[in-house]
Parts: sequence; structure tokens; C-alpha cells
Amino acid sequence: MTVPEIAPTLSPLLNVAITAGYVLIGLAILLNVWRLFAGPTRGDRILALDTMVINAIALIVLFGIKEGSTMYFESALLFAMVGFVGTVAYAKFLLRGDIVE
Amino acid sequence: MNGAADIIIAFLILLGGGFALIGSWGLVRLPSLMTRLHGPTKATTLGVGGVLVASMIYFPVYHRQYTAHELLITLFLFISAPITANMIAKAHLHRQGMGIDPNPADDIQEGLPESEIWATFRVKQGEDDDRQGVPPAGPPAG
Repeated sequence: MTVPEIAPTLSPLLNVAITAGYVLIGLAILLNVWRLFAGPTRGDRILALDTMVINAIALIVLFGIKEGSTMYFESALLFAMVGFVGTVAYAKFLLRGDIVE
Repeated sequence: MNGAADIIIAFLILLGGGFALIGSWGLVRLPSLMTRLHGPTKATTLGVGGVLVASMIYFPVYHRQYTAHELLITLFLFISAPITANMIAKAHLHRQGMGIDPNPADDIQEGLPESEIWATFRVKQGEDDDRQGVPPAGPPAG
């Protein structure tokens, strides 16, 4: 393990951009939560969960830029894989009534 | 010190956030699941791609280190998004065809195709379970 170096201070432009990115993606996650609770069919809810995972990955990557650490990419990668497997499992359960046949 | 790189990174972050928001807005606004699939599969994936490209520019410029993680995440997301969309659409079609959980806005016809290309639909009434690998009875051979 390398000792984490002190992150250089971000320029004001990047600070503003990252904060705006937080706000935009947070709004997107709120919209997904609305669809998750309101979606009339099961497929809508699965789709909302999948979109939430993708937005969460964007949020994690933005946080990694803010902190100046590459450690957050592993968590983003794990989120991507677990989200994909979870969505496929949900869809397969709806399709067949079973996951592992 | 890195004026041009700052501008590019900020632009890409804003572009990615905007695309993510547009995709989620489409998820809320569009009328049926088959149209709602368009938002997350295209716009939101592109938004995450924008943020990841911004990160790919940021770390070499500011920290003098390059990792392949962003490329891995981008590739994985861009490969898995159409697969999830296909599986969700298929599950939705299946449920609509079985008359479960109907949504009139989907405008799916009453009769689903009778052909056997739909691997998950029951081909005939009474054939309760096609999981055993038994092919459905075709026309008599002769």
C-alpha cells in the first residue's frame, strides 16, 4: 500500500463543477426514487433500481475526484457488477419464477 | 495551473450530470415501460460515461497516475446496459402476455405471437411447464 498523498487543492472552477454534479445526480436519484415507489408495474421498479445504481456509480466517481483518491474506483466497479447481477436476477425471477433452475 | 484541463474536466462533469438528470427525467415523464427503457439505457449510461472520462483526464493531470479502472467501469456499463434493458423488456412482455400486472399505456396487444420463438411464453394451454427441455409438439412429421 502506498501512503495516500495529500490531495492538491482543487481549483474553484472544479469545485463548482463537482458541486453542481452532486446536485444534478442527486436530483436524478430523487426522480428514480419517485419512480421506484410510483411505478405501476414490477418492471418499472426494477428499471428504477437499475438506474439508481448507475447514478450511484457516477456519484462515487465524483466523490473520488473530489477526494483525489483512486480507491473509490474499486467500490464503483463492485457497484456496477452487483447492480448488473441484481437486475438480471430480478428480471429472471419475474420471467421464470425462479432464479437458479 | 491547469487551466485548459480544468475547463475540460468541468465541462465533462456538467455534461455527465446533465445527461444523468435527463435520463432520470425521462424515466419519470414517459408514459409506459417500453418508452421508459430509453432514458436509463442511453442517456444515463452516457452521463456516467461523461463523469468517468472526466476522471480519466483528472487523475493523470493532477496526480500523475493513470489507472485502467475508469476504462473497466465504462466498458462494463456500456456492455451491461443493453443486456439489462433486454431482460427487463422481456420480463415485462411476459407478464403482460400472461395478463399479470397490466398497464394500458403499454398498448400491448391482447394476443401475443403464437410462434415458438418466444422462449418464455407458454405455447399452448395446458402445457404447464416447458422447463424440462421437451420441445413443444410440432406438426406431425408425415
